[in-house]
Amino acid sequence: MAEADLAKAADPVGEPDDDIVICVRDLKNCFGEQVVHEGLDLDVRRGEILGVVGGSGTGKSVLMRSIIGLQTPVEGEIKVFGTSMIGKDETEARNIRRRWGVLFQAAALFSTLTVAENVQLPIREYFPGLDQDMMDEIAAYKIAMSGLADDAGAKYPAELSGGMKKRAGVSRALALDPDLLFLDEPTAGLDPIGAAAFDELILDLRNALHLTVFLITHDLDTLYAICDRVAVLADRKVIAVGTIDELLALDHPWIQEYFRGPRGRAVTEHSGVRRPGQ
Amino acid sequence: MSELAEPSQVAAGEPRVLSFSGNMTLARIRSITRDVDVQPGERLIVDLSEVDRMDTVGAWFIHRLRRDHEVELTGASQEQLDLLDTVAAAADRPAKLRPDAPPPFSRVIAMIGEAVLQAGRTLLGLLGFFGALLITTGEIIMRPRKLRWHAVVQRLEIVGVHALGIIGLMSFLVGIVIAQQGAVQLRQFGAEFYTINLVSRISFRELGVLMTAIMVAGRSGSAFAAQLGSMKLAEEVDAMRTIGVSPMEALVFPRVMATVLAMPLLAFYASIMAIFGGMMLAWAQLDITPITFIQRAREATPVNDLFICLIKAPVFGIIIAVSGCFQGMQVRNNNEEVGFRTTAAVVQAIFLVIVLDAFFAVFFSSIGWI
Ligand SMILES: Nc1ncnc2c1ncn2[C@@H]1O[C@H](COP(=O)(O)OP(=O)(O)O)[C@@H](O)[C@H]1O
Ligand SMILES: [Mg+2]
Repeated sequence: MAEADLAKAADPVGEPDDDIVICVRDLKNCFGEQVVHEGLDLDVRRGEILGVVGGSGTGKSVLMRSIIGLQTPVEGEIKVFGTSMIGKDETEARNIRRRWGVLFQAAALFSTLTVAENVQLPIREYFPGLDQDMMDEIAAYKIAMSGLADDAGAKYPAELSGGMKKRAGVSRALALDPDLLFLDEPTAGLDPIGAAAFDELILDLRNALHLTVFLITHDLDTLYAICDRVAVLADRKVIAVGTIDELLALDHPWIQEYFRGPRGRAVTEHSGVRRPGQ
Repeated sequence: MSELAEPSQVAAGEPRVLSFSGNMTLARIRSITRDVDVQPGERLIVDLSEVDRMDTVGAWFIHRLRRDHEVELTGASQEQLDLLDTVAAAADRPAKLRPDAPPPFSRVIAMIGEAVLQAGRTLLGLLGFFGALLITTGEIIMRPRKLRWHAVVQRLEIVGVHALGIIGLMSFLVGIVIAQQGAVQLRQFGAEFYTINLVSRISFRELGVLMTAIMVAGRSGSAFAAQLGSMKLAEEVDAMRTIGVSPMEALVFPRVMATVLAMPLLAFYASIMAIFGGMMLAWAQLDITPITFIQRAREATPVNDLFICLIKAPVFGIIIAVSGCFQGMQVRNNNEEVGFRTTAAVVQAIFLVIVLDAFFAVFFSSIGWI
C-alpha cells in the first residue's frame, strides 16, 4: 500500500543514533567570481540550538540554503541525518526534506493563502489522505503553539505584522513535526519584547519537541538566552564553534569586537550566568 | 508492526484497554484514527508503553481521546507526558481558520455590486491618475531640470529599439496578408492594381498604428504594470515618497514620455514595413514591380494619411503607458495582484485604444481627411 510505504520511508524507526544531525565538510560556494565559502566545516549536534553569527554578507543565508539543498555547492560534502544531500534523487531528498522545517528571512508565507492554509499546505502535500476536519484541528493547535492569536489562522499574510509573520512562518515550519528547524534571523525586525517572546517560543518548542535548531541571528540577546553553542562565520569559513564562554576566550579580532563591543558588553554584563546547558 | 495492539477482552463494566505501539506520528495518524473505534462515553485505559516515537500529532490524538472519553493513561514516559501537556495547552482553543464567507445569494449580489463599484473606481482612478500626470507634466515644463532624461532614454531603448524586430516582422506579415486578400477580391473587378492603394492607405491610416499599439501594450504596458506593482509591494514606492522623490515624476513620467516618443516612430516604421510586405507580395504574385508599386503608392496616398498615423500614435502611447502605470500603482497586498493588474493593464489599454481609434476614424472623415 502506497501510504504505508510512504509512512515507512518517511518515518524511520531504527536509524543509527548518530549524534551529528548536520555535517558539513570542506564546503565551497561561489557566485561567479565571488567566493562565499571555502573549506567550511560545521557540525550540528542532535537536540542543540546552534547559533550562527557573522557579519552581514558573510554567507550565513547561503550556508543555510546549501544545507537545505536550494544552492548546489561547488565542492564539499553535506550530510543531514547521516545521509549525503548532494546528488540525491528527488524521492529520497523528499523524505529527508520532510524532516526539517525552514523559516526564511522574510517568512516567505504564501501570500494568496491564509495562515491556516499555509500550515496545511505541507501536510496536504505529504499526506494527501487526511480529512479536512483533522487538518483543521492540527492546523489550529500548530498555530496556537506558535503563539498566534486564535483568529490568526483566517488571516492573510498581508494582514499580519512582522512578528506575527515570523510566528506564522514557524507554525508552517512545524507543520510536519520536523526533527530539525532552520531559522534565518527570526528576531530581526522585532521589538525587544517580541524578540524575547520569540526566543522563549523557540526554547520551549525545542524542549517540548526535542528539535535541533540551526539559528542564524544577529541578536546577541538571542545568543545568550537560548543558544547552546555558537558558530562564527568569517573569512569564508566557520572560524570557531563553541559556547559563548569558549568563544570569549579566543582572541580573534572579529569575535572580540562582536562580543566585547559596546552592544556585546551590555548583554554580557546583564545576562550573567543565565545560559542553557550550564 | 501494528499501531494498535489487539484490544483486550472487555468484561461488562470494565474499561477497555487500548495499547498503542510503534510510531504515533503524522505519517501514521490516518491508519491510527481508522483503527481506533471507540464509542462515545466508553471508559478506556490507554497504554503507551510500547510506543517508540510520538510527535505532536500523536500527542494531539491522545489528547483528543482524553478530552472526549474517560481515559486512564498508563505507560507514558515523562517525555510523552510533557509533549501531551504542550499540545493540550495549544489545542481546543476556539480557533478561527477561515475568513467569514457571506451566504451564496448575498455573495452574488455583493459580487455584482463590487464589480460595478470597481469599474467606477477604476474610471475615476484613471482620470485622477491622468490629472496627476498632467500636473507633473506642467511642473516639469516649468522646471525642465526635473525631467529625468536618463530614465526616459533608458525606457525609450526598451520600449522602442528593442521592439523593432517583432513589430517589423509582424507588420511585414500583416502587409502580405492584406495584399493577398485584397488582390483576391479586387481581381473580381479586374482592379488588381488597386491592391497598392489598399495596402499603402490602410497601413498608414489604421494598421501600422493599431498593430503597433497592440504590440506595445503587450510588451511595455504589461511590463510597466509588473514593474511598478512589484515596487509597490516591496514598499519601494513608499520609500521613494518618504525620501521626497515623487513616484509620478521618477517612475510614471519617464515611462509615459518614452512611450509617447516611441509610438509615432514605431507606427511609421510599422506602416512602412507593412507596405514593404505588400510590395513583396505584389511583386511575387501580381507581377507588379517594386518601382511601379512605389510610384503608384506615392500617388495614391495623401500626406494626410501620414498625419493621421502620427497624430494617433502618441495618443495611443499615452493610453498604453498610463494604463500600465496606473494598474501597477493599484497593486497592494499580495503577489497575485501583480499578475492580475498586469493583465488588466493590457486589456484596458487595448480596449481604450480601439474605442479611441473608432472615434478618430469618424473624426478624421468628418473633417474631410478621407
Ligand atoms: N543569488 C545570489 N547571487 C549572487 N550573489 C549572491 C546571491 N546570494 C548571495 N550572494 C552573495 O553571497 C554573499 C552572502 O550572502 P548571504 O548569505 O545572504 O549573507 P548573510 O550572511 O547576510 O545572510 C553576499 O556577498 C551576497 O552578495
Ligand atoms: Mg541573510
